[in-house]
Amino acid sequence: MNATMPSKLERVLRAGHLAVTGECGPPRDCDGELVSKKAGMLKDHVDAVNVTDNQTAVVRQCSLASCIRIKQMGLEPVLQMVTRDRNRIALQSDLLGAASFGINTVLCLTGDHQHFGDHPNAVNVFDLDSTQLIQTVRMMRDDKRLLGGHEMKSPPQYFIGAAANPFGDPFEIRVSRLAKKAAAGVQFIQTQCIYNMEKFKQWMGLVVDRGLHEKVFILAGLTPMKSVGMAKYMKNRVPGMDVPDEIVKRMGGQPKEKQPEEGVKICIEQIQELKEVRGVSGFHIMAIEWEEKLPEIVERAGLYPRPE
Amino acid sequence: MIMAESKPIEEIISEIKDFQRVLVAGCDGCVTVCEAGGLKEVQVLASSLRMHFMQEGRAMTIDEVSLTRQCDKDYLRQIQDRIGDYDAVVSLACGAGVQFMAEMYDERVILPGVDTRFIGVTEERGVWTERCQACGACILASTGGICPIARCSKRMLNGPCGGSEKGKCEVSDEIDCGWQLIYERLKNLGQLDRFERPVDPKDWATSRDGGPRKIVKEVSRQ
Amino acid sequence: MRLNYPSNVKIVKVPCSGRVDVIHLLKAMEQGADGVFVAGCMEGDCHFQSGNLRAKKRVHHVQRILDRVGVGGERVAMYNLSAGMGARFVEIAREMTEKVRQSGPNPIKREQRREWETSAKEVAA
Repeated sequence: MNATMPSKLERVLRAGHLAVTGECGPPRDCDGELVSKKAGMLKDHVDAVNVTDNQTAVVRQCSLASCIRIKQMGLEPVLQMVTRDRNRIALQSDLLGAASFGINTVLCLTGDHQHFGDHPNAVNVFDLDSTQLIQTVRMMRDDKRLLGGHEMKSPPQYFIGAAANPFGDPFEIRVSRLAKKAAAGVQFIQTQCIYNMEKFKQWMGLVVDRGLHEKVFILAGLTPMKSVGMAKYMKNRVPGMDVPDEIVKRMGGQPKEKQPEEGVKICIEQIQELKEVRGVSGFHIMAIEWEEKLPEIVERAGLYPRPE
Repeated sequence: MIMAESKPIEEIISEIKDFQRVLVAGCDGCVTVCEAGGLKEVQVLASSLRMHFMQEGRAMTIDEVSLTRQCDKDYLRQIQDRIGDYDAVVSLACGAGVQFMAEMYDERVILPGVDTRFIGVTEERGVWTERCQACGACILASTGGICPIARCSKRMLNGPCGGSEKGKCEVSDEIDCGWQLIYERLKNLGQLDRFERPVDPKDWATSRDGGPRKIVKEVSRQ
Repeated sequence: MRLNYPSNVKIVKVPCSGRVDVIHLLKAMEQGADGVFVAGCMEGDCHFQSGNLRAKKRVHHVQRILDRVGVGGERVAMYNLSAGMGARFVEIAREMTEKVRQSGPNPIKREQRREWETSAKEVAA
């Protein structure tokens, strides 16, 4: 568990392969077995597994704990870190702890406001934002020191990631923000899950125009729909999500028992279409509460086996 | 100005119910501007309280006064001759004023009558919004005159976040996305280059996080 | 017009209902009125633009205060009528008097209130 071993995700991307990452949401209690089980389902079909960090401000087992568990199973975790709950002292501390276990792929996020979660009365921290966290991780790796100046004898290695939302407002700012994150040191991006292919291609076009696809690996985010209910929920109740009517119609056009297969079909079609889009370096498949479907999706999309 | 809002009357009633003689003291400063603690509000609160205790059959004296300011000992002296007549004072000043009155008249029970909310501005009569978080190291020059610490729910310095939608914050569509406002202002001013430069982590030691603060201007001291 | 309205109604004249402020309504109740109503112009017809709308808001504000201090917000009301509607004025005066009579004396007048409660029980029995 050498802390300077390069991230598997980084190796796959630099070798020119399309990368595949999955996601694992830890449970709301201390059941560690569940994390092992979910990760086990993804094991051979992804290059790395993201572990979310108190997503939507709902308390779950901390990302670092699950990342360690996953690492010890022989899988590569991606440590998601939000700046909402921890100050720069705690963030750097967690980063060092992660690196000590050989966890060296980090996704730097600001985090959903606590108003969405089950502890809306909590203080929020936001000592740093996602861009400043990227700067901090880069400093720890390249300058071998902490923000406060301390020089590290055994410095960590990190492959630095962040999120991007091609569907957010205002549209014209979205590419500027990516440029800013690239300037801060980000190396890979996972996007918000895509349903509106047109808008995504528009955004990728602007990204490619600025040459950002050569500075940053972009992984297109995808979430397979389980039902028409899920499609409607994501369309109407999740902030920043852009779900075109055609998708909802397609899902609704199937009888209930056929909807999951339709959702998987849509996901695979999206992957095939995105393979042709310039600047897309891989796929981040967030099969939330449907981890068992990921292997099938990866195989049917022609992304199996994963490179060594 | 410092903006405050009246406390629910039930809370004030429960704090003063065991006293006999209460003075309601307003402030002609900030709380007058935000219509929470000026003379008008003192009169309304005092009348409401008197009626409450009258219908309860409690004989209670509730008197009214408003001071020029409560954050200044010279003005707090305006009540020094009469404060001894009361068991308790409900101060409608901001938190600073209530504390200063309590410091000066430390043997009297001084109670807050408003909830101090924020440093802000009057958007229109009856509507006040937050503008400043008193971080102690003003960055308005680099954000086109709009503060991301006060106006971004996540106080991001490299915003907006992914939750900004139609110019509104993910927390509520009544809150403008501070970063959208900054972007548009920088665009108007021809300063969009500022937008693309990552801003380094802030030194929060000058804000509340560094501990209670003090300013000393030697040339002004007597 | 020489119409009769109940003698318990005391009139305070103001140039515009917008002149009536929260404190005036509270003071009337504090000084022992059992009810107060504000008669302003029809909405849209205020001679001074929107004085009657301000009055309406203030009446609602006072209603909420009176409910919370145990006096009763139903004792205060806003009515709209034009200067020529004499018969409507009488109607309002009677309606308000009746409403207030139902509510009994202002609770701050405890003696009166107790007497009223006792006689109300006797009538019921």
